[in-house]
Amino acid sequence: MLKAYYHLLIRDLRLALRSRHELANPLIFFVLVVTLFPLAVTPTPDALQTMAPGVIWVSALLAVLLSLDRLFKLDYEDGSLDQLMLSPNPLMILVLAKVTAHWFLTGLPLVIIAPLLGIFMSLPAEAVIVLIYSLLLGTPVLSLVGAIGVSLTVAVNRGGVLLSLIILPLYIPILIFGANAVDVAADGLPVTGQLLFLGAVLALALSLAPLATSVALRITASR
Amino acid sequence: MWHWIQRFSSPKHFYGMSAPLIKWFSVSALLLGVYGLYLGLFVAPTDYQQGESYRIIFIHVPAAWMSMFVYMVMAVSSGIGIIWQIRLADMVAAASAPIGASFAFVALVTGSLWGKPMWGAYWVWDARLTSELILLFLYLGYMALQSAIEDQRSADKASGLLAIVGVVNIPIIHYSVEWWNTLHQGATVTKFDKPSMHIDMLIPLLLMAVAFKLFYAALVLVRTRNEALYRDRNRRWVRELVERL
Amino acid sequence: MFEAKSLECVRDDRLLFNDLSFAVAESEVLQIEGANGSGKTSLLRILCGLRLPEAGQVLWQEESIISNREDYYASMVYIGHLPCVKGDLTVLENVRSLLDTRSLSLSNEQIEVALAKVGLASYEDVPGKALSSGQRRRILLAFIELSQAKLWILDEPLTALDVQGVTLMESMIMEHKQAGGSVVFTTHHGMQLECEMSSVQLGRRSRG
Repeated sequence: MLKAYYHLLIRDLRLALRSRHELANPLIFFVLVVTLFPLAVTPTPDALQTMAPGVIWVSALLAVLLSLDRLFKLDYEDGSLDQLMLSPNPLMILVLAKVTAHWFLTGLPLVIIAPLLGIFMSLPAEAVIVLIYSLLLGTPVLSLVGAIGVSLTVAVNRGGVLLSLIILPLYIPILIFGANAVDVAADGLPVTGQLLFLGAVLALALSLAPLATSVALRITASR
Repeated sequence: MWHWIQRFSSPKHFYGMSAPLIKWFSVSALLLGVYGLYLGLFVAPTDYQQGESYRIIFIHVPAAWMSMFVYMVMAVSSGIGIIWQIRLADMVAAASAPIGASFAFVALVTGSLWGKPMWGAYWVWDARLTSELILLFLYLGYMALQSAIEDQRSADKASGLLAIVGVVNIPIIHYSVEWWNTLHQGATVTKFDKPSMHIDMLIPLLLMAVAFKLFYAALVLVRTRNEALYRDRNRRWVRELVERL
Repeated sequence: MFEAKSLECVRDDRLLFNDLSFAVAESEVLQIEGANGSGKTSLLRILCGLRLPEAGQVLWQEESIISNREDYYASMVYIGHLPCVKGDLTVLENVRSLLDTRSLSLSNEQIEVALAKVGLASYEDVPGKALSSGQRRRILLAFIELSQAKLWILDEPLTALDVQGVTLMESMIMEHKQAGGSVVFTTHHGMQLECEMSSVQLGRRSRG
């Protein structure tokens, strides 16, 4: 079972590394969207610092949302998804492998690039560290919950907008706590509560989302 | 037992059985609603803080309650539909969504109308209003997914699963929005939860709540009957029904 | 061994079949026949447990496949219309990732033998995107060959195959039958099997 998890994870990572140009897209998108705000609103450090947590978190949310498509789309189109569903291994484990790969390919790069954006947005150092922690705890949830949405919409033509419609409301708690943690840290206050909340949601998502995703995949396959 | 449930939950049986219920539910919803509104608008005392404008709660609060309640009904019947493959449960869920969305919409509109005299603005990012708005989005997502999938059976199952995921999320969303709100607005007086309510206000409120529930019951029966007719339009029982007309 | 019990399938409000029952024994080859749109693919997907029938059930070793997926999937393999081939993976990696879903770890030599058998010798390191559609189908043939499954469910296995490919598929089915395996398949191309074969006719509600 662990083997099946590992093999699928490696396969997805290998596939992604072989089409590297796509790999960078969510990352560029993330940086680009954040860059728009100083241009659209104001570049004064004070104002930037006020909106930084929200702007960075919303952009991260959108970057993950746009990349969710590749979680199941290709496998659905070439029939590999059927083969995964006919695996003697529990589908949940395979889903978890695909979500892990997705996080390594989108969530983790976002976490790594985030300090740069923190500097762009004049965040103090403590806040940047908290930004990294909050993204580290929050982005896996975005991948996990997003997987439910993609597996429901993967067979729908032009399902992109639909996906955002059904997934974004579910992302709200992560957004609130993630952005707030950074905000509070910028004021030099403790953020343990917010990070613990994100951790708790991650634990919940980790235990329930793969189950929901595998049910959703079976529903999608049955049409 | 199982056999009995199967027979009882067949669309045909439901169709025959629901007709008299609709009559009872709608008549009693109407009577209670008129009486409740009368008590609420004319009998209940004027609020010493908010004057007459508070009377909108007799619509606002029951609508907000119903929007939550209908989502629960949707999630539970979707669960029944997915686990036990009972078609009627799927139909009830699909029929409930637009009703629930309308309740959420009514709650939002009345809430913002109430906000104008209270806060001087039609929209304030109050915790309850924000939660209600997110709930409306959840409804809209459900309906969008339901209509995007052509195959009826997988549309039901897919949107049903979404409703269940939503129900797991609602407490988390609710809690985080509450928390977000106290953080940003400090200890402003929330007009929605009063520590105690005058009994003359409470009675019409409860009457209205019951009236809304009966109204929903009547409406969901009508809509589920329509769903049943539409979905089974090629089955024999519907054809026979049409021929008798 | 394998049994379909009064299956009913409705697609887009159209009843494709109902009360369809048949059984497949060991060493039995069963062809599902029927015109386009008669529900052959839907039936095969039901037999795989990918699609749920409106009524009825599919049994494997007398147990419903839905409640017993893991045992069932360990002993069956399914090939659909789609190639399941990743353009960015080599032929060898493609076969390996298909086998990984079945938790089979075979040596490179074993895979190469199978690839040689399906006419892909020396293609091991060619990426999938460089293959013709017939060659992609052959990757699936190598996968079936290596899958160690007792039951093969093949949806139009001859699609895109050339004459040699068709002969190869036929001989693979024969070998599998002789080894005690079972095959359920659909095809529009004439499959010349020199063996006893049963068939199920869709669209007429009768068993041939």
